[in-house]
Amino acid sequence: MSAYVFSISATAAVFVLLALSLNIITGYAGQAMMGQAAFFGIGAYTAAILTETYHVNFWLALILGMLFTGLCGAVLGLISLRLQADFLAITTIGINFVMVALFNNMSITGASLGLNVTKPSFFGRQMGNQEFFFLTLIVIVIVCLLIVKMRRSWFGMALASINNDAAAARSFGIDVSRYQILAFIIGTAIAGLAGGIYAHRMGYIASSDFAFTVSIQILSMVVIGGIGTIRGPILGALLLSVLPEALRFVSDFVSDYRSLVYGGLLVLMVRFMPGGLFGSSSPIVRGSLWVFRKITGKGGAAA
Amino acid sequence: MFLQLVINSLAIGSLYALTAMGATLIYGILGILDIANAGAYLIGAYIGYYIYISTGQLVLAFLGAMLSVGLVGVVLHRTVYGPILAKPRMLSIIPLVAAVGLFTMSSDLIRLLCGAGTKAYNFRFPVDVVRVGSVTIQTTWLLIFALTAVLLVVLWVVLNKTKMGLAWRATAEDPDIARACGVNTNSAMALSYVLGYGFAAAAGIMTGILYNSITPALGEVPSYKMLAIIVLGGLGNPLGTVVAGLLIGFAEVMLSTYTVLPIPKDAVAFVVLIIVLLIKPSGLFGQRNKV
Repeated sequence: MSAYVFSISATAAVFVLLALSLNIITGYAGQAMMGQAAFFGIGAYTAAILTETYHVNFWLALILGMLFTGLCGAVLGLISLRLQADFLAITTIGINFVMVALFNNMSITGASLGLNVTKPSFFGRQMGNQEFFFLTLIVIVIVCLLIVKMRRSWFGMALASINNDAAAARSFGIDVSRYQILAFIIGTAIAGLAGGIYAHRMGYIASSDFAFTVSIQILSMVVIGGIGTIRGPILGALLLSVLPEALRFVSDFVSDYRSLVYGGLLVLMVRFMPGGLFGSSSPIVRGSLWVFRKITGKGGAAA
Repeated sequence: MFLQLVINSLAIGSLYALTAMGATLIYGILGILDIANAGAYLIGAYIGYYIYISTGQLVLAFLGAMLSVGLVGVVLHRTVYGPILAKPRMLSIIPLVAAVGLFTMSSDLIRLLCGAGTKAYNFRFPVDVVRVGSVTIQTTWLLIFALTAVLLVVLWVVLNKTKMGLAWRATAEDPDIARACGVNTNSAMALSYVLGYGFAAAAGIMTGILYNSITPALGEVPSYKMLAIIVLGGLGNPLGTVVAGLLIGFAEVMLSTYTVLPIPKDAVAFVVLIIVLLIKPSGLFGQRNKV
């Protein structure tokens, strides 16, 4: 039972990481990214190939996979400078499809057979779901701390201004291109790191793990949770990855209607609550803040 | 041989053009990348199928599917897209997210209602193929050519020769000024959805006839390929979409015949798209940037 719990938590943790990474590009920098799974895949395959084919140390492979993914993200960032929002959205969808096609056809990525990855050892003990869960958790904490720091920094404010109005930001002398590319690099690099962790935890990866539907899944987590916040993507990712598993115990009925519910939720959310379930304007957050204040008896100090 | 391939690619290309036409009309006026158009395509194929097997009338199947799916489009515009667009947008991809949700729902709804299995139209002409010299043309292709041509002519007439079309073009140019001039922009938007979803439904039925099978996954490949085509065509430019559809059909047929592709045929559209966008960021026929 606890093995099952750790297996689900480890997957959920990877999705939390992915949602956070997408949120940097889409939430903070305001760029229409619809192909985050492609970068998740690039990181996964890079790290897996490094440890499997070139016998690189696991930790080094994670870092190298992350750096390489960030490099690919930089190229996309350069492309994004030339494209309007809608064009960029479609281009990123396209990149996702082309990458999956490449994963599925190149011999180095194992083509349609996928890639087997040996699970790494940590102090002589093979890492299981539990170890990977804690590893991902540590990474999540580091990423959250970085994001908090980033938002208060000049970089974060520059991103916020670009998100609001790129032309106005430019007229104030903010180097829009530089910050935009930087946001792409950071966002994709984190996704690449998540990929490396995922590949080594699963022990096997195939191109379908990084399909466009996965990008949509990540995007849904961010949008349903609350775009542009830290708690939103985290809670959204937890909700969408744990809830289906929890409901599976209830009945098969639910799992049969899963995509329908998923799609429906997405439509209802953007229609009635575009700020997300846990965004700053959401009734849930306001309500719980109100309850919190009542309990603690404090005034309107919390915002 | 080459001439045969050109004919093949024309058939596929005109089907692509028709499939993407709906999304073009909707983008042209609302600025939404409507992936849900692929849902209309899927639902159209199924409605057409049920009408056809129960009545045996193909014309009825086309008209019934186009009309009912067109109405679904108007309802969706009133209930989902309209209100989303009316709010101040925090993010440009919010309508796209709604469209993705609608598309997911439509595929799953079809799977639950009609079953996951394959259904076949089993529609056949008395004559299977027509031979002209060394070239063989399937009669179903001729049907596709003819129908595409008819629908495109109808579209051209509606957009260029009617009052409704004038209102559509005015709204596409600038909704606020059109409204200020007394144009009923709401009905122009409704027209976009009736035509857009209707065209998608027709394309769905034609695909069903051409490949003689429909499944709930029918909309998956068109969902992204139509986006690539409308972007290539310059987003919201009907003529550009026709050219881009034919171009993609041609590229797919030629590349898969003469070269060994390292990627599946369906990814060709995106490779072409990415290359074109890098050279000309507004698409092949884009004149201005709509934000």
